[in-house]
Amino acid sequence: MKVLVAVKRVIDYNVKARVKADQTGVDLSNVKMAMNPFCEIAVEEAVRLKERGVATEVVVVSIGPKAAQEQIRTALALGADKGVHVETDVEVEALAVAKLLKAVVEKEQPGLIILGKQSIDTDNNQTGQMLAALCGYGQATFASEVTVSGDKVEVTREVDGGLRTVALKLPAIVTTDLRLNEPRYASLPNIMKAKKKPLETVSPADLGVDVTPRLKTLKVVEPAKRSAGIKVASVEELVSKLKNEAKVI
Amino acid sequence: MHPFNDTHEQIRLTVRRFVEKHVLPYIREWEEAGEFPREIYQLAGDAGILGIGYDEKWGGIGAGDVLMKVAASEELMRSTSGGLVASLGSLDIALPPVAKWASPALKKTVVPAVLRGEKIAALAITEPSGGSDVASLKTRARKEGDHYVVNGSKTFITSGTRADYYTVAVRTGNEGHGGISLLMIERGTPGFTVGRKLQKMGWWCSDTAELFFQDCKVPASHLIGVENAGFIAIMSNFQMERLSLAIMAYMTAQLAYEEALRYVKEREAFGRKIAGFQVIRHKLVDMATRINIARQYTLTVAEKMQTKQNCVTEVSMAKNFVTETADFVTYEAVQIFGGMGYMRESVVERLFRDARILSIGGGTTEIMKEIIARQLGL
Ligand SMILES: Cc1cc2nc3c(=O)[nH]c(=O)nc-3n(C[C@H](O)[C@H](O)[C@H](O)COP(=O)(O)OP(=O)(O)OC[C@H]3O[C@@H](n4cnc5c(N)ncnc54)[C@H](O)[C@@H]3O)c2cc1C
Repeated sequence: MKVLVAVKRVIDYNVKARVKADQTGVDLSNVKMAMNPFCEIAVEEAVRLKERGVATEVVVVSIGPKAAQEQIRTALALGADKGVHVETDVEVEALAVAKLLKAVVEKEQPGLIILGKQSIDTDNNQTGQMLAALCGYGQATFASEVTVSGDKVEVTREVDGGLRTVALKLPAIVTTDLRLNEPRYASLPNIMKAKKKPLETVSPADLGVDVTPRLKTLKVVEPAKRSAGIKVASVEELVSKLKNEAKVI
Repeated sequence: MHPFNDTHEQIRLTVRRFVEKHVLPYIREWEEAGEFPREIYQLAGDAGILGIGYDEKWGGIGAGDVLMKVAASEELMRSTSGGLVASLGSLDIALPPVAKWASPALKKTVVPAVLRGEKIAALAITEPSGGSDVASLKTRARKEGDHYVVNGSKTFITSGTRADYYTVAVRTGNEGHGGISLLMIERGTPGFTVGRKLQKMGWWCSDTAELFFQDCKVPASHLIGVENAGFIAIMSNFQMERLSLAIMAYMTAQLAYEEALRYVKEREAFGRKIAGFQVIRHKLVDMATRINIARQYTLTVAEKMQTKQNCVTEVSMAKNFVTETADFVTYEAVQIFGGMGYMRESVVERLFRDARILSIGGGTTEIMKEIIARQLGL
């Protein structure tokens, strides 16, 4: 079985994001970029499936500027076999991403598609779901456990109030939650070997997808600064404040 | 501007993860205990970190890529422990002569096992009677048939208590630099004993030891390189060590600076953040300025070393300038932290102590100046 994993290049989680002075977006010049942490979990899961003999090939796809190849190389160093880079400098929205991924799915014919549940830059939490709808495949989002057996995948999902286990017919879409696994780091020899793995580049036009944004960003602003808290002397005071000032109880 | 390529950045990422996962959660404990688990060598070996700079046929990676080494060293220093980096890195001063000049059989036994992290390598030059004047070393190796019989002692040897392989400088010939050779001496060789673990001002989790040789019989095949040509081997080996010490120094400074930068925005005095005092701001500016210059210069030297040009002068200058920077910056960081800077719970306290060795080990500041003076034609 072939597994397709989608990875996104995002601002590194350690970087404090700053809004551009003209309020058109987040300032990405000279900022450290990295693979979206949820995508790392997706790559790890696919590589583990391969190590367990369940998957035979792991293909990793990224949509983004030329530099997104760095994240594909990282995935290859972690154990993926082949990279597909859909190169575009447009800030591609979730629906267009899903359409591009669908085109890659049609070409690669994977048995399982794993994505992060969301990317930490825009936090949309949409792509996996849209891809499932476009492909007509079953979906299991927020996975904390994935077990493939025969032509089925059983996925434990983290939902409000507990865990829910669903079984899907393959091919299927899975999106990863934080607790699915702890991603490895690439060993240095594997980083070197990854340079020789195949990486194919295509354009959105090659895949027949129009990536023109449909949304217009009016402005981007810093979140409001939180004002300093206060110390209360007793539980009574706390309860009274919650009741009378905050009016939350 | 920096000279690192994509591969270096990927390697940096791996080393950072390694440090975050295997080192940072425990480092304070290890520093206090005066030791880190031996397993860390193995984990670093598995990740390929120990192999940087060595031939692939020995399990190495990036032979000749000095900048790869720089990137990895910078990230290892993010462990906040120079001691860990020194001990984990002792192979980098012990192994190069073996990898270059030992017999094929010796290379095959020693190099891959050390790069895998299964065995530990140490370099033993310094003696109780002196470290700066290498040409006067006294440990004697007398040739007897197919053996050398070694008598003498070494001290301040990093990884000394735990190493399996020691690259030892001995006198095989006449007085002076023309009578020195390098021998590979294995732990457990009869007549070789390791003394107590020395207690130090800094580098607490690094083991440092005295070594004693009493009629210690070492196979003649353990000679590294040509007999009596050891001095030049030792001196050429020093170049990379001095670069590494410079990297450790600007990273020590960088970490202290980062700690201070964070602290001044939190700590209040006289009703405002201490970052509000111009005196404090200017301190941070001076720290940042010197660190920037120190790192840039060191990177320039590293790039030059990568092209295999002679940079004895530059490396010595880098070591002196950068270690002085580290002393200055860590001193100011402790000052900025006030009483908290003197407490073992703050990282700047360790950085301050750890910085001190950097202008002594691998050739003292004074010896660097002697080298530079000679190169300047004085
Ligand atoms: C933590 C630690 C780890 C170490 N690890 C190792 C190791 O792994 N292997 C190893 O072989 N050694 C190691 N050393 C030893 C280190 O390399 C020596 O301490 C250093 O080279 C200085 O030698 P010394 O201590 O004998 O000082 P000395 O040579 O006795 O020097 C004393 C003072 O005299 C000055 N001086 C000496 N000669 C001159 C001169 N010509 N002109 C002007 N001033 C001069 C020196 O600069 C110094 O200030 C380590 C030391 C420490 C502290």
